[in-house]
Parts: sequence; C-alpha cells; structure tokens
Amino acid sequence: MHIRRTNLGSMVTVRNLKKSFGAKWAVDGVSFTVQVGEVLGFLGPNGAGKSTTMRMLTGFIPPSEGEITVGGFSMLEDPIPAKRLIGYLPENAPSYTDMTVLGFLRFAAELRGLRGEANKRAVHRVVEMCFLEPVIHQSIETLSKGYRHRTCFAQSIIHDPQVLVLDEPTDGLDPNQKHEVRTLIRKMGESKAIIFSTHILEEVEAACSRAIIIDRGQIVANGTPEELKQRSTYAGAVTLRIADGSVAQVRQKLEQIPAVAKCAVLSTTPVALRAFATNNGRDLARAIGELAAAERWKIEELHTEEGRLDEVFRSITLPETKREGNP
Amino acid sequence: MSEAILERSANAQTVTDASAKPAWTDALRHILTIAKREVSGYFASPIAYVFIVIFLLLSGFLTFMVAGFFEHGQANLLSFFAWHPWLYLFLVPAVGMRMWSEERRLGTMELLLTMPITPWQAIVGKFLASWLILALALALTFPLVITVNYLGHPDNGVIFTGYLGSLLLAGAYLSIAAMTSAMTRNQVVSFILSLVVCLFLILAGWPPVTDLLTQWASPWFVQTIAAFSVVTHFDGLQVGVIDSRDVLFFLSVILFSLFTTSVILRAHRAG
Repeated sequence: MHIRRTNLGSMVTVRNLKKSFGAKWAVDGVSFTVQVGEVLGFLGPNGAGKSTTMRMLTGFIPPSEGEITVGGFSMLEDPIPAKRLIGYLPENAPSYTDMTVLGFLRFAAELRGLRGEANKRAVHRVVEMCFLEPVIHQSIETLSKGYRHRTCFAQSIIHDPQVLVLDEPTDGLDPNQKHEVRTLIRKMGESKAIIFSTHILEEVEAACSRAIIIDRGQIVANGTPEELKQRSTYAGAVTLRIADGSVAQVRQKLEQIPAVAKCAVLSTTPVALRAFATNNGRDLARAIGELAAAERWKIEELHTEEGRLDEVFRSITLPETKREGNP
Repeated sequence: MSEAILERSANAQTVTDASAKPAWTDALRHILTIAKREVSGYFASPIAYVFIVIFLLLSGFLTFMVAGFFEHGQANLLSFFAWHPWLYLFLVPAVGMRMWSEERRLGTMELLLTMPITPWQAIVGKFLASWLILALALALTFPLVITVNYLGHPDNGVIFTGYLGSLLLAGAYLSIAAMTSAMTRNQVVSFILSLVVCLFLILAGWPPVTDLLTQWASPWFVQTIAAFSVVTHFDGLQVGVIDSRDVLFFLSVILFSLFTTSVILRAHRAG
C-alpha cells in the first residue's frame, strides 16, 4: 500500500480555501474536513460558492489561496494521486453525448487505470448499481435526463473511490430516482468519504451525517442535521390543541410557565397554541402536560417540534440575495 | 481507517498497482485512451466521413480540372500538393474546431481534467487523434501515386517528401485549430479564428504578397516575415529536399500551438 497519509482520520482536509473571480471572492476562507464513513452535505443558496469549492476540491480549478489534501496528497502539489482517490459528478452531469453508455463507462474506467478484465467487471458493477442495463448500447444523446444523470454518476463510482464528490446529485431526477440516489449515497457513505451539494433541505436530513451551510463564499454553519435544527426557534416548541376553553385564558396560564418564552395563537376554535421554549429543553411538554392535568383541559394534541431546517437555512443565509446563478 | 482500506475492492487495488509502474507508460496509455475515444467520436458523427470525401473530391478536382495534371505531361505530383496550403486552410480548421470548444460546451472538460491525467496527456491525445484523421484522408489519395507510376517514371522520393510536407502542414494547421478551439466554446468562432491565423501563415510567404512587400520594405524584413510562412517551408519539401529546418519549423509550430493551448486551458480554469 503506497498511500501516504499525513493526517490519519480525515480523508479530505480543506484549509482556508479562497477563490476570486476578478474583484469578487466566490469562496472566501472555507475550511473543513471529511472522514471515511461521513456524508457531508453542502448547502447554500445559488451562487454561494458550492460548485466553485467542489471544482477546487477535485482539482479542476486552482484556488487563489489555501490548501486541499485528499488521502494525504496535496491537490496542488501532487494532483494525480489525489485525483485517483476521488470520484466526481460535476454539476449538470456532463458526458460525451456521441458515445454509447458502455463506451463512455469503459473510457472512464480506462482513464482510471482499469484495463481488460478489471475494466469489464467495474463497468458491469456500476451498470447494475445505477440500473443502466436497458440503455447500455444506446448513444447518450438519445437518453432521457435521468439516464444521462445516472450514466455520469456511474462514471464517478466506477473505480470504487474512497472520496466521492457529487455536485447536486439529485438535480433533475424524478422523486423515485431521487430516493434511489439518496439511498445509494447513504449506503456508500458507510465506507467512503462523501461530499455532496444540494439546495434541497430534506435531502440533508435523508442522507447526511453532517451538513455545512455556505453563504457568500463563507461557512455559516457546520454540524449534524440535528444540531442545525436545534438552532431553529421552533426547536423544543410545543403545540397544544384542546377541545374547549378560552384562548386568552389558556395563553395566560401557559405564559406563566418559566420555560415558555412566548406563545403564539394558531387558532381560536378549537383552541390551538404554540409555546416557544426559552432553552431548547425537552421538558416543556411535560410542564404543559402537568398544567393541563391541573386545569383539566381536554387535550387533543400535544407535541414537541423538532426544529425546522428550512427556517435555520433562511435565518442564517442572507435573504434577498443579489447574486447571479452559479459561476 | 484500516477497515476502509481493507474494504477497497480489487478495482481500487488495480489502480494502486498501476501507479507503481513508470510514469511514461501510464502517460502513453492515457494518451492512447483519449486518442481512441476521440477517433471513435469522429467516426460516430459524420465529421470524419464528410471531411475525407470532401478532401478527396476537392483535391481531385483541383489537381485534374484546375491545375491540369494531364496537360503538364509530367510524372510528378506538384500540381496535387501545390493546392494543399489552400485546401487545408478551410478543411483543417473544420476538423479541429470542435477539439476543445466542444469539451467546454458540453462541460466534459471538467470531467476529463479531474481524471488522474495531466492536461498535456489530454492535449496530445486529442491532437494526435485529429491528425490521424487528416493522415487517413491524405493516405487515401494513393491512387494518384499509382497513376503517375503507371503513366511515367516519377521520382518516388520526391513524392514521399511531398506527402511528408503535406502531413506536417496539416499538423501545423491542426495545432492552431486546437489552440483557437481552446479559446471559446463556440465552434464557429474557433473555426474563423484558426482560419485567420492559418491564412496569415500562408500569406506571409506567398509570392504575390512577398513581391508586394519588397517594393517598400527592406529585404531582410520580408525574409523574416516569409520565414514564418508555411508556404516557404512547404515548398522546399515539394521539390524533394528534406531540410531539417523545414521539418523543425512545422514541429515547432505544432509544439508552440499545443503549449499555448495548455496555457489557455489553464487560464480558463483559473477564471
């Protein structure tokens, strides 16, 4: 095994990465690490610098400043062995449209150093994994978007890479295909270091073990989806619905509980309120339950909110972004 | 971590093994892989067939109908090769215009250059593939060689150097087309740019232009300009003289243009 590792544990290390296009900093001091067994979700509004970061990470564009290490190899000084470890699905899943699916995959495998029998096996494996069997001899330009996407995805995993970089892997797929891709990512994430970008928040909850939110070229949040949801004002809030009683009275009683920061009325008949917690504790529901028992309210619904990722996303990325599309 | 290494399949093992071999065999394999894909791309689309047929028709028409091959009554191919600088002027940029602009338009450049290969391997592989198509078209003019040998006793050495010159000329034009195609994602722009550059390389040494220049410029200036012309170096090879300077000229045009291609591609990636 000739692979040098300077930083055991993290497969991908990015330090203070910067990229300017003219006077504008597309990526402005991004640092993160990804370990094997981790699926890192890259979130951010359009033009936040997600694609640019991924292009630098995969060695397509050189950074203006900063360091990238993949499996111990510097992407800037020793790019070939670093690139060998990476599988990459670029944005919009490009492919040579004049080739057949089989020809394209064999070509990709050959450039990855797979020849002869190993090439055939690798192609066969990804064709099965990505359900490409029915179109294997078809020219790529005749394929639907879903198949084209999967063909490019197949290319990225053809050498069973240790690092997988996927730029919007579910973009343009139908709900079933999206589900398949997410399942595949989660499964492969057990033995690889995966980084994928998306602007679909449910995807982060479905497939990621950690998420980074990037805005205007800077990381504004970094944590597990649960940790991020804790940042939401909804985290720990309790929704209460009771069969009868007056809203004003119930509200007054609720606001007397010390852990309740404020109360919002959802509806008056039936009486429904939402109590927001001061600290993100989970004991608010119990306190309200005890209160309800003492007041003999007829509870129809009582549940604790988990926090909403979309609200966190909106509150930390700047609203009314005056940016163009992805660079 | 160690688990992850153990879990790596036989595929990944092969990749590691391949890296242990000398770098140049790897480089050669990558160049061949890319060239192979490129050639199959030319034949998957009508480009290769259209180019070959049009080249053969036009060169036949120009040789026999315009230059009067038979009227000369000479057993040589001068009237055939004399047209090549002009014929290639339109046909070679048409073959080369998609080389990099298509990669940029489709976005496959991102795929290609994030593979574990160097940009040079991609540039050389793509160039050689297109050159092979041009060489194939040129080789298909062999009936002409048979004809002159049947009709008379030509100097086949001169014919050989003629073909060599023509192949080098096509390579020089093609490298310029590669360079201009790296500049833009638009094939038409790429075509026109390379045509203009190639036209300059012809005109700089074309007798009507050099004659005009001598009327007001000093001879050394005219000679310097003419030294940059493909015509000056092409003509030498047409009379059976393999001057190393002529061969070197074409090879340096090719090297320079391919080097510039790599600079343009790097600048494009750097933003």
